[in-house]
Amino acid sequence: MSLIVDHISYIYDKDSGLPTVGLDDVSLSIPDGQFIGVIGHTGSGKSTLMQHLNGLIKATKGSIYYNGEDIYDKGYDLKKLRSKVGLVFQYPEHQLFAETVFADVCYGPGNLGLSKKDAELRAYDALRKVGFPEELIFTSPFDLSGGQKRRAAIAGVLAMKPEILILDEPTAGLDPKGRDEILGMIKELQQKEKMTILLVSHSMDDVAQYVDRIVVMNHGKVFLDNTPQVVFSHYKELEEIGLSAPQVTYIMHALSENGLDVKCDVTTIQEAAEEIAACFKNN
Amino acid sequence: MEIVKAKDVVFEYIRRDDEGEVVGITTAVDHVSLGIEKGDFIAILGHNGSGKSTLAKHFNAILVPEEGSVIVDGIDTSDSDKIWDVRQSAGMVFQNPDNQIIGQVVEEDVGFGPENIGVPTDEIWERVEKSLKAVGMYEFRKNSPNRLSGGQKQRISIAGVLAMKPKCIILDEPTAMLDPKGRKEVLEAVHELNKKEGVTVILITHYMEEVIDADKVFVMDGGKVVMQGTPRQIFSLVEDLKSLRLDVPQVTLLAYELKKKGLNLPDGILTTDELVENLLALKRN
Repeated sequence: MSLIVDHISYIYDKDSGLPTVGLDDVSLSIPDGQFIGVIGHTGSGKSTLMQHLNGLIKATKGSIYYNGEDIYDKGYDLKKLRSKVGLVFQYPEHQLFAETVFADVCYGPGNLGLSKKDAELRAYDALRKVGFPEELIFTSPFDLSGGQKRRAAIAGVLAMKPEILILDEPTAGLDPKGRDEILGMIKELQQKEKMTILLVSHSMDDVAQYVDRIVVMNHGKVFLDNTPQVVFSHYKELEEIGLSAPQVTYIMHALSENGLDVKCDVTTIQEAAEEIAACFKNN
Repeated sequence: MEIVKAKDVVFEYIRRDDEGEVVGITTAVDHVSLGIEKGDFIAILGHNGSGKSTLAKHFNAILVPEEGSVIVDGIDTSDSDKIWDVRQSAGMVFQNPDNQIIGQVVEEDVGFGPENIGVPTDEIWERVEKSLKAVGMYEFRKNSPNRLSGGQKQRISIAGVLAMKPKCIILDEPTAMLDPKGRKEVLEAVHELNKKEGVTVILITHYMEEVIDADKVFVMDGGKVVMQGTPRQIFSLVEDLKSLRLDVPQVTLLAYELKKKGLNLPDGILTTDELVENLLALKRN
């Protein structure tokens, strides 16, 4: 049970006078249950790659295998793939449309051909998983706060019962607490529901805090693919391609360069605090 | 001199049902009074729904107060005859760069504002050149905005506002959709304008790191200004900020955690350099 991206390339406007390379020979293996961060500057190909994973865009070259089957095979059920690989777009709340939150979340499972009752059960379950306040499920989505709207929109994708959940910048525009809440909720989906998560993000601090593995995209290619510790140890190369490292990385390197005996590959505040405190205990 | 002066400002959003009956009233701005000094770099923090964007929209007369008054560069924003004067003094840049660019060519887009208010052609070109240079985008003047990165597009939006020769520029989460490099470019451009051109800056953001160089920070909650002070004063109050759904910069948070572990560090450390210096000094003692 996994998703394998096998040497895919994608050319935009292939038949026009101005073909542009979107993806250039990308290979990835996504095993079950991982929490993967995908980073890269605007235009690096990360969103294009994500849209390949559920068959929204078809690669110009190469193949994608989901659970051992080539999704480009004739007769492959792309509709089923899209229910198993859920994609939450940027600002997903812009896609809310129904009169109530509950009706909105029921829409997807209803389209899968489930009975009304089964669709409703799934919707209810999805809203519970995203921590949506029960007393608000019959209100209009347009009367909700930004963070609540986003939860409702994510619930709409979860109600399809995906095995893999892809989120494109799910915290853009949210306040710090809202960011923590949404990311904490996503982490729980990974840990409790055993979902595979791909998180596209521009926040290095968030990525460092939550993911097991980071895929760095640059000019349509995979630039780095490793643990946060290893990826952020390449902070100088990351800067050259328009990214950065978490602030913690810079602090640890500065301390180390000034002779303090600390490990430079810690990436979260908690780890850094322990590492520095330990260094002072031996004083 | 105060460029923006808000006195007892109240603004309410009224929700109505299909029949037009009032079903609820939200007081988005609740008796806010504040003054912003000319040439200052001001930041406004607050959680989603705290009223900061609604307040900011009063500073260039997109909204006018229901109670109280807002004076921008000596003009009362409720004077509907002077609305364009207010907007010329105080320009606004929004979150999504794609919603703010209309020209097919960068220099046309930047010249749109001055052309609209009847600035002579020669002067329009002068203003376009100067504005694009100020945000470091002059070499892209003949490009199509569609081919630019998010950070570059935002700098074009800022140049468009600058071409109106404003005294004050209000930025409502200008970096929310940008990658790290784009964020850095936009912030550097804004700081440059503030220092070199003396333009007053009002920055609304959810990124605490963007605020550390501000002259003054206002924190909003429930439509009121609940805290104000220098970044150091504000970010010393870690727990208070967290209870307002906000945060402190990562460096400040790390220093705070170390303090809790018994290290003798001052409150409100804001930069990597400061933290490193303090830790090294501690190690020497």
